[in-house]
Amino acid sequence: MTPRRRWMFHTSGLGLSLWLRPASAAPEAMTTALRELTGGARPQTGKVRLELSELVENGNAVPVTVTVDSAMTASDHVRRIALFTERNPRPEVAVFQLGPAAGRARVDTRIRLATSQQVRALAQLGDGTWWQHSVEVIVTLAACIES
Amino acid sequence: MARTVITLPDRARRGDIVEVRCLIAHTMETGYRNDDQGQRLPADLIRRFTCHYRGELVCGAELFAAISANPLLVFFVRATESGQLDFVWEGDNGFVQRESRTLTVT
Amino acid sequence: MKRRLAALLLFALAAQAQTDTRRSGFADMSPATQAMQRDNGVNPAWLWVKDGEALWTTAAGRSNKSCASCHGEVSTLRGVAVRYPAWDAALGRALNLNQRIRQCRHRHQQAEAWPAEHAQALGLEAYVGVQSRDMPIEPSKTPELQPLREQGLALFAQRIGQLNLSCAQCHDGLAGGRLAGNVIPQGHPNAYPLYRLEWQGMGSLQRRLRNCMTGVRAQAPAYDSQELLALELYLKQRAAGMAWEAPGVRP
Repeated sequence: MTPRRRWMFHTSGLGLSLWLRPASAAPEAMTTALRELTGGARPQTGKVRLELSELVENGNAVPVTVTVDSAMTASDHVRRIALFTERNPRPEVAVFQLGPAAGRARVDTRIRLATSQQVRALAQLGDGTWWQHSVEVIVTLAACIES
Repeated sequence: MARTVITLPDRARRGDIVEVRCLIAHTMETGYRNDDQGQRLPADLIRRFTCHYRGELVCGAELFAAISANPLLVFFVRATESGQLDFVWEGDNGFVQRESRTLTVT
Repeated sequence: MKRRLAALLLFALAAQAQTDTRRSGFADMSPATQAMQRDNGVNPAWLWVKDGEALWTTAAGRSNKSCASCHGEVSTLRGVAVRYPAWDAALGRALNLNQRIRQCRHRHQQAEAWPAEHAQALGLEAYVGVQSRDMPIEPSKTPELQPLREQGLALFAQRIGQLNLSCAQCHDGLAGGRLAGNVIPQGHPNAYPLYRLEWQGMGSLQRRLRNCMTGVRAQAPAYDSQELLALELYLKQRAAGMAWEAPGVRP
């Protein structure tokens, strides 16, 4: 393939995909949303493990798993698990509430990522403290699209 | 009635920690897309999910536009007594879906 | 020209028999997407299978019959999806499975016809398709299909669009390479209908072919056109013997 043809290949598919997935270059929005959730408390890094692929082949459905180190007893259980993104139009992804009946502090879901960015998971433990883990993800876009 | 696929074992032993997977058909329209005429498509999202086991909350979730279409939620429940798991999804435009499954605990 | 095409087709098939270098698009996906397909509990396509399951026993149209009324248990249709497209003697033309289902609904159930890509038609296609899971693709040998199959081979090799590319150039010649972050697959039809992450929904092989054609900036033939069916027929032959995966997941 000639260089010109290669360029056309990349832009013909990418142009429309980017338009359909608006991104916001506003990591401050995530910081604000985090502060609102924790009531100003600064999360420490640790105890939470966020798992997702660091190279994503389609940003429409990215599997994520969040696991928190916890015995999940009635008196000491993970209360909330939250997911945030840095560059989506809106930083909040989901806020999970777990009861002691959950037995294990782990949730899985699939999320949308508008562009390459940082994804962050937060967890609130039974003692009220907040913990976090971030992962940087590269999101690639589809080559063959609808129109 | 949206199609759902809920996966969990029919039976478990007391104390087992059982994985529950819930899939529901829903476009989760973000509110950021335009239609072919360039008009903004309004958001149409599932906003809230709960699962109760014998009346007690196992997992609740507040969902936003960044949750993928046809949302998948996976969580765990500790089997104690035989009983019902009740699932509820609620969202925009009056969307409500309820499902139940029975877990037999031996 | 026709003899040359037939010879090309035979040569391609013979070459396959020696060392099979064919691979499913499944092998080219990320582990995360593979996991999504592998497990029915998380495969979004399963929502359409469940839809098809419900429709199978739902009476429809003036006939007030369900699929089950004539076909009985859906398990009896194991082996059907891997054989299609098939020749319909009554209509005097070929049909893919989705068209067959829509035809049945209109002609036998006497219900309103579903257009291409109708959600419930895809649901039934997924439900019938999954019955053939893991079976080898075994295209119908009806001789009436051969001219259309040869047309498909010619279309596969024909350059189209502003980018002036043929299917063969990428999917035979450059398969395994990369395009915009994704691995270029060989383009086998063994997982259709499927949930494409890009669509955030279920779609047919025809929808995917049209996407590719749009991708090279060509005017894609209309749904249910002869050209698309010809390509389907050729693709199925090209994938003969490969394992059926429907309903799949692709990026």
